[in-house]
Amino acid sequence: MTDTESGYTALTRHQMAARAAQDLRDGDYVNLGIGIPILAARYIPAGREVIFHSENGVLGMGPAPRPGEEDKDLVDAGKSPATLVTGGAYMHHADSFTIIRGGHLDVSLMGAFEVSATGDLANWTTEDPSFPPGVGGAMDLAAGAKQVRVLMEHTSKKGEPRILVRCRLPLTAQGVVRRIYTNLAVIDVVAGELVVQEIVPGLDHAGLQHLTDAPLRFAPGCCELRP
Amino acid sequence: MIDKRVHSLADALAGIRDGAVVLVAGFGDVGIANTLIEALQEQGARDLTVVSNNTGNGDWGLARLITSGHVRKVICSFPRSGDFSGFVEAYNAKRIELELVPQGTISERMRCAAAGLGGFYSPVSVGTRLAAGKEVREIDGREYVLERPIKGDVALLKAQRGDRWGNLTYRKAARNFNPVMAMAADLTIAEVSEFVPLGELDPEIIVTPGIFVDRVYLLENRP
Repeated sequence: MTDTESGYTALTRHQMAARAAQDLRDGDYVNLGIGIPILAARYIPAGREVIFHSENGVLGMGPAPRPGEEDKDLVDAGKSPATLVTGGAYMHHADSFTIIRGGHLDVSLMGAFEVSATGDLANWTTEDPSFPPGVGGAMDLAAGAKQVRVLMEHTSKKGEPRILVRCRLPLTAQGVVRRIYTNLAVIDVVAGELVVQEIVPGLDHAGLQHLTDAPLRFAPGCCELRP
Repeated sequence: MIDKRVHSLADALAGIRDGAVVLVAGFGDVGIANTLIEALQEQGARDLTVVSNNTGNGDWGLARLITSGHVRKVICSFPRSGDFSGFVEAYNAKRIELELVPQGTISERMRCAAAGLGGFYSPVSVGTRLAAGKEVREIDGREYVLERPIKGDVALLKAQRGDRWGNLTYRKAARNFNPVMAMAADLTIAEVSEFVPLGELDPEIIVTPGIFVDRVYLLENRP
């Protein structure tokens, strides 16, 4: 997406995922939500071993299999064919959620509909009456991981802010989000305040604030968010 | 690259502090990390709370840790097992506190901590001295007591095989408390009889996935 009038270029979904992947450390155990987060697995910097957990009972999730090499019994959280890396292990479901809820995951990287200034997360229902809600493992992951980071488009398709003073949609968890990666900025949630760490080139502070409902503070070292 | 191996007992036990809650796996003298336990005595941390099924035997392992005065409290189900003279001496001299917990309750309390749960309701011990002071609740016509989680600062495990990610398998009934304690501590240390290359352990039979394990010490490296 290029906003030629404003003169900035928003990140693509893959670029957002690649940015989030930069913050995963060697040895981190990470759960990737379906949607944009799952793309982050492709962008782990060389030399780092990051171990991906999948809620259905896989620790050491690998990339999608090559065509023809799918195994019907090995899928990811989105039910797409998956693989296991060398060293990985399978487990039963309650053990998988022991990992999630018991604080054993270093990072849960999740999608979101809305995030609030205090780190509230809403990502399980849009309250669309024609579309039955599903919560899946979202509440477990949001409550249980050592750190929750969110990957989301900065605004809705209609251009409305999704980073809000208070979430309008029903919450997944309260006060859990630590960092937000959007197509326009990287924002930390610090003691009830949103602190912008990175912003796409060409978008000024006022421009980003205009697209954000909650008040933003810009970190002294705020730098450019580049793909 | 992830490599959870440690090459000395000092490295294996580094950082264990006075007052730590130490989960000691094992059923009697089976599946118990005697090497790590004896090294913990040398490491010197004191005022430890030990959670274990029994209290050690003879003059080695857990018994030695207790008789040398490093343990302030034991949470266990059966302190009288094998040659338990070391524990009895400390107990009679009031040098050690005992919290007696039914055996299944110990493992389930640790599993709660592992799984991020605030406790569970158990029918075990209802109406007995061991339920004194605990909340009792009737559920579907039966009484239950509220049992709270037990979280370890450290867990000491004995496993048969391990790899550099900390994946572990056990041997026969030496598995006992090892898997649940692995999950319930902030720092989990395993002594292993065999170290194998990553991928050697079948992902179908890994009992403790490496996410729960911080350090792996190969017993062959014993001084």
